[in-house]
Amino acid sequence: MAATVAQRRLGRLERAALQGVMVREVVNYSSFWRSSTFSSTVDPTVYLLAFGFGFGSLVSTVAGYDYINFVGTGIVATTVLFSGAFPAMYSTFVKYEFQHTYDAILAAPVDTEELVTAEALWIAARTGTYGCVPMLVAAVFGLDLSLGMLLVPAIAALAGCGWACFGIFIAARAKGIESFSYWQSGLLTPMFLVAGTFFPLGELPTWAQVAGNLNPLFHCVELVRHAVFAFAGWYDVGHVAFLVGFALVSWRLAIRFMERKLIL
Amino acid sequence: MPSAIRLRGVVKRFGELTAVDGLDLDVPAGSCVGLLGPNGAGKSTTMKALTAQVIADQGELEVLGYRLPEDSKQARAQMGVVPQLDNLDVSLTVEQNLLVFAHLYRVPAGERKAAIGRALTMANLGDRRRSKVDQLSGGMRRRLLIARALLHEPRLVLLDEPTVGLDPQVRQELWALIDRLRSEGVSILMSTHYIEEAERLCDNVTIMSHGKAVAVGPPSELIAEHAGAEAIEVYGAPTRLIEVEGIARARGWRTRRTGTSVSILHANGDTQLEGERRVTNLEDVFVLLTGEEIA
Repeated sequence: MAATVAQRRLGRLERAALQGVMVREVVNYSSFWRSSTFSSTVDPTVYLLAFGFGFGSLVSTVAGYDYINFVGTGIVATTVLFSGAFPAMYSTFVKYEFQHTYDAILAAPVDTEELVTAEALWIAARTGTYGCVPMLVAAVFGLDLSLGMLLVPAIAALAGCGWACFGIFIAARAKGIESFSYWQSGLLTPMFLVAGTFFPLGELPTWAQVAGNLNPLFHCVELVRHAVFAFAGWYDVGHVAFLVGFALVSWRLAIRFMERKLIL
Repeated sequence: MPSAIRLRGVVKRFGELTAVDGLDLDVPAGSCVGLLGPNGAGKSTTMKALTAQVIADQGELEVLGYRLPEDSKQARAQMGVVPQLDNLDVSLTVEQNLLVFAHLYRVPAGERKAAIGRALTMANLGDRRRSKVDQLSGGMRRRLLIARALLHEPRLVLLDEPTVGLDPQVRQELWALIDRLRSEGVSILMSTHYIEEAERLCDNVTIMSHGKAVAVGPPSELIAEHAGAEAIEVYGAPTRLIEVEGIARARGWRTRRTGTSVSILHANGDTQLEGERRVTNLEDVFVLLTGEEIA
């Protein structure tokens, strides 16, 4: 069987290699899916309920939406962040630093590019699924159902792919696990709050609005909201383009820095 | 004989440190070669270079006829690697660990089950297939690491310190396993600092010191060349040992300290000094050439 492999030159981003890395992820996931699903979906649901009931009792409509509709769609982006960036950061770091998993994988016919891509795609598939959970919870509390919701897994997966790659990039740059605090407090938490999930960016000072427009989570929030209620034409094409661009840039950054870390 | 591994003038620097400094290394196809050297001699860096996880700054590397690093992926598809650090997935079962690597090593779908069964039998883990890795003993985990490297019937196996930290009886079990691989015609490169391991298993050894090969050859020839046939082991107080070393030096014999004694080498036992005669071994060669005691 080895001979069949040898006959052709192995290329980049091969299906067999991507599949091999994903099989490892899926088999491992079967042993920790409960805790992972719990943290990825319960956290955003708590935010949803806290803001929904807390804030929702003060305001009835926001930016033209009932508050439950506003926050019930925006919360998808929060879930994407929680189930995309954070698992990517921690699992990459643990696999590199403590389990030496990458040593074993890279000794097989798998390159860093394939390794990063497969792990990011697997996380993206999870964010696509998890992303819908708090939205469905919101539906119980009165979020209007619509056909456009069927697009939400795809949007969440696209945004999740970017965040997974970004998380891998953070882990590749981290010297120790404590450096995650800088990224979390300095970048991810502000982004999570200034994304138009819980309150609209329109009321913020101009500089914050500009910063918000550079936040991939904001584009995810807008796109989900428009998919569920009404698309906004070219604006949404722009949101998709931003998310695609974010995913591409993060993907290449993740590969570049993982190569630096793994190949000496 | 074609080479399974052929390195010429390989250099690898990490900043100021030159870890591998012009290394030549050959593993003829079907043979077992030991890479010996004290800690820091460059063994692990060399092993990593063979899977392109370390990229050499200079020199030529060829593995199974493929040039590295550009064709490393092809070479990796046909070689198995047993790492020094245990990197099994501990929350998975024995069988799940093998299943994952059957995929990573591209064993075709129809052959995966048989490949896992064969690897389990080879490593004598058939009755532990459903055990989680964190329930296995250290020896079983090491056997599983070997089984994992054999799933795709590789032509070349790299073993990085395969028995470090194991009990003597477990070590012997692994030796039997490695010897069986060798008898099946698999090429093997094994880094080790257990001299006995190299002496028993290897057709050839390359002794490394400060990133270079300082001696290459079959263990018996290296012993004859560098240490002679017999050594005299002289015991005594530290002052006596210094005196004995002086006498030996004056007569052109080489000596090595072994803690409580001085071994006089290359005199073929004819020293007229009171001591215990013993057969020379690879450890004598190692210490003479690297100037370092081993762990």
